[in-house]
Amino acid sequence: MAFTPSKETYTGKVNSVTIGIDESTVTFGGEHVLPFHTFEGVVPHRPVIAYEIQDVPPDDWPENVQKPFETVSHDPVTWAKFCQDVLKAKIIALRLKGTHPDSKNRLPEDAAKTVKEVLSAINVPVIILGSNHTEKDASVLVAAAEAAKNKNCIIGKAQEANYKTIAAAAMANNHKLIAMSELDVNLCKQLNILITQLGFDREKLIIDPMCSALGYGLEYTYSVMERIRFAALMQNDLSMQAPMVGDIGLYVWKVKETQASETDIPQWGSIEERGITWEAVTAIALLFAGAELLIMRHPRAVDAVEKVIDEFVEG
Amino acid sequence: MLIIGEKLSIMAKTVREAMMNKDKGPIQDIATTQQKAGAGMIDANIGPAEDGGESLMEWMVSTIQEVVHLPVCLDTTNYNAVEAGLKIHNNEWGRPMINSTSNDPERFPMLELAAKYNAKIIGLTVGKGGLPADAEERTAIAAEIMGRAMEYGVPLENLYLDPLVLQIATSQDHALKVIKAIKMFQELNDPAMKTVVGLSNVSNGCPKQLRPILNNYFFSLLMYEGLTAVIADPHEITTTVKTINVILGKTLYAHSYLEM
Repeated sequence: MAFTPSKETYTGKVNSVTIGIDESTVTFGGEHVLPFHTFEGVVPHRPVIAYEIQDVPPDDWPENVQKPFETVSHDPVTWAKFCQDVLKAKIIALRLKGTHPDSKNRLPEDAAKTVKEVLSAINVPVIILGSNHTEKDASVLVAAAEAAKNKNCIIGKAQEANYKTIAAAAMANNHKLIAMSELDVNLCKQLNILITQLGFDREKLIIDPMCSALGYGLEYTYSVMERIRFAALMQNDLSMQAPMVGDIGLYVWKVKETQASETDIPQWGSIEERGITWEAVTAIALLFAGAELLIMRHPRAVDAVEKVIDEFVEG
Repeated sequence: MLIIGEKLSIMAKTVREAMMNKDKGPIQDIATTQQKAGAGMIDANIGPAEDGGESLMEWMVSTIQEVVHLPVCLDTTNYNAVEAGLKIHNNEWGRPMINSTSNDPERFPMLELAAKYNAKIIGLTVGKGGLPADAEERTAIAAEIMGRAMEYGVPLENLYLDPLVLQIATSQDHALKVIKAIKMFQELNDPAMKTVVGLSNVSNGCPKQLRPILNNYFFSLLMYEGLTAVIADPHEITTTVKTINVILGKTLYAHSYLEM
């Protein structure tokens, strides 16, 4: 007798989210099953990877992940075009890192100007990220959302301390929104409820349960993502059916394994390979946990993850 | 938890008058507020309705479904009235329910209707011989009803077993027996049999301020045992449904869970 895998039936589904405008939209989410369970039901869209760029040169990135961008990263517009045209990026994630008070402390209006310039130089959809300083983000992301009005971007990240202003700005300017909580499934649900109670459409929401790198709490992110997805699919919990984002690069390229030199720890092997592998492995783990959108840095890590997605989607 | 809204009963004066005068307003208002409060089905209790039962049930079903997109629970002992209701029922919003059959031969024909119209049906575990003494007797009757349902061609997933809730003020010992019966009923089949209670009967005859307290605490014990459906006032019990679902791990907790 032929082997028939047992099949789970699910009562809920993940919302599908479309970003960008005109001919250059990207859609992710929309599945009725656990990640890559194509044998159980509908998986209409494959997970998608966004290339991360910054409004200021990436001086804080390790040398090996600065290198692929060394001729373009002095200017966000050149950098964005390079990602779109040369690396064939499907989405660009513009992090307004320079607005952080500990960085260049750039003003909201300067950040808005950068957003406008980047948007007018490229066609692919854009994710606009703050510097993860909750107070500063509240003003920066409002200005950025206005500058990108009607471009159907993703604005992020709204957190417990600043969600009201950021969600209102995303709503007023027709954007999607990332809601981030800190590795806690119940607080994640609570934030989603609070944001929708403001009148924000829950189908325009993307969940960031907070990322972490391999070896540095990845299992926490994995487990929270898994529980979010169980609530969405098995309990048909409407407040938990948003697709999820993994902000991979930010977390991976600051851990010891992506930074320690071969002279210091020769037994760890090539620092370049090590960093790329670390980013790819972290990303793949979170795809299996349920992430539909990844924000990554190294082109070779992105290529490796795309190959894995190919195999699991088309397998 | 399927909440079957109980407020459209001929026992209530405003409802009775609206039924007599064929005044849609009050009926539709009650149906709408019950849906908003969380009802998944609306009970239409027209009593024995010996005269004009058919047209009354038709009128009730169409009046309710004109404003709420929910199935209706047809609550009467009148066979022809039930059939009239089943014929006009809009199944787009879910299949109707017959309230009820039992182990009394006079109620067997209701199973015929359930089979013919693929309706859900409540099996009240009482016979002609009077009230069941304990959980075991309720379960024995339940097994007989299940056997008969299969004879009539009613799939067991359409049968909701009702242990018959009695008044705590006069039959206190039956409260625990009903809870036990809910547990035992489920074990009669795999997948587990579905169960239902008419909740408010537990507090019938008790002082008004005690009724919601008795209803809700009793209901939470029944939920713990796996009750599938309840005939009740949704306004009164939704907090309990949400809270017990959180405690039982069926809903993920968040501070605002009651607002969902």
